[in-house]
Amino acid sequence: MTQNWPLWEVFVRSRRGLSHTHAGSLHAPDAEMALRNARDLYTRRNEGVSIWVVPSAQITASSPDERDPFFAPAADKPYRHPTFYEIPEGVRHL
Amino acid sequence: MVAVTPETGQDRALAAAFEAAVAADERVEPRDWMPEEYRASLVRQMAQHAHSEIIGMQPEANWITRAPSLRRKAILMAKVQDEAGHGLYLYSAAETLGTSRDELLDKLHSGRQKYSSIFNYPTLTWADVGAIGWLVDGAAITNQVPLCRCSYGPYARAMVRICKEESFHQRQGYELLLALSKGTEAQHAMAQDAVDRWWWPSLMMFGPPDDESAHSAQSMAWRIKRHSNDELRQRFVDIAVPQSEALGLTLPDPDIRWNEERGHYDFGAIDWTEFWEVLKGNGPCNEQRITQRRRAHEEGAWVREAAAAHAEKQARAHAEAPAQADADAAADADADAHAQQHEEARV
Ligand SMILES: [Fe+2]
Ligand SMILES: [Fe+2]
Repeated sequence: MTQNWPLWEVFVRSRRGLSHTHAGSLHAPDAEMALRNARDLYTRRNEGVSIWVVPSAQITASSPDERDPFFAPAADKPYRHPTFYEIPEGVRHL
Repeated sequence: MVAVTPETGQDRALAAAFEAAVAADERVEPRDWMPEEYRASLVRQMAQHAHSEIIGMQPEANWITRAPSLRRKAILMAKVQDEAGHGLYLYSAAETLGTSRDELLDKLHSGRQKYSSIFNYPTLTWADVGAIGWLVDGAAITNQVPLCRCSYGPYARAMVRICKEESFHQRQGYELLLALSKGTEAQHAMAQDAVDRWWWPSLMMFGPPDDESAHSAQSMAWRIKRHSNDELRQRFVDIAVPQSEALGLTLPDPDIRWNEERGHYDFGAIDWTEFWEVLKGNGPCNEQRITQRRRAHEEGAWVREAAAAHAEKQARAHAEAPAQADADAAADADADAHAQQHEEARV
């Protein structure tokens, strides 16, 4: 039964020069079958030139809460953005 | 899993945050807090949707070996394979809600979860393949396009992928019907007969009228659904009527006429007793579809078992090999292996 088949997350690179992006998930008994299934399931129309499969159980995720204090350190640092700085009018290429 | 009714202050805050997020058209993601009823409603709808995709393979697959040309055969195989894919996208999206694949299949096989009633009608002639593509996939597209903006992220993403693939399904069906309609007298009659049989069941695919639809209002409040059943049905009729004219075929409803005032086509009353009968299991093919599905599952068991056994054997071999390598591996060799692993991950 599929109970023994772990869940895999599938990442597809749609063309060279782009990074792999998450396409979805699937069940497969091992990495090799996961790759083959991913090809049949997520690239039937040339959607990819490369596929990664990762056991879902191996993914460590942050908490889903958007107000998570985990991300708080970035919130009060607007000076990390170029728009924070005032530049005199007429100054170009900056 | 979280409490059904928000009893504590914290639960109330979670419920309020959920309602606010949905109202602001934000997406709900798998690990977010969500009301138990929202989760159950999504599982029900997504399971039914996934089951429909894979049961829907049967009536069309019925004609693969008898397709009139290699071109039509290749197209039909690609379409049926897409439907298998749609089922798999939806099953994995449903699984993000904490249900398992086995549980879903089990509920399909035991009749505790439903699939779309449309697939309980038989495909009597080759023209039915065309009528299904044009009308059944057409109705499905009308239903599915708004689901791309469903409040539940994984469902919405699966729908985006599905909708991209659906338009070929509808077009191949339309093209097929057009070829028959313009063919010999017998071919034209076959196309007309198929449309006559599939028209009304296609209209029923949108579900019962708004005032009788059990889940509609809540689904719309949660932004799982965006439009009511009747609204989508009207949209489909408005699209299909001119398409039927271009096909040179008629629709089996003498009441269809353009209503200038409404800006829509009027159409006749739907026989809902037929709908409820088919839903209850008394359609022409209910028994056959479920029997076939169970048989496919049982007959495929040895493949699943063999694959699992192979995977286990490979894993064991893998676990033993590095132990031996470790014995004579120097630190720099280890570094090389890491570099190589890194390379492999980058291909
Ligand atoms: Fe589909
Ligand atoms: Fe389809």
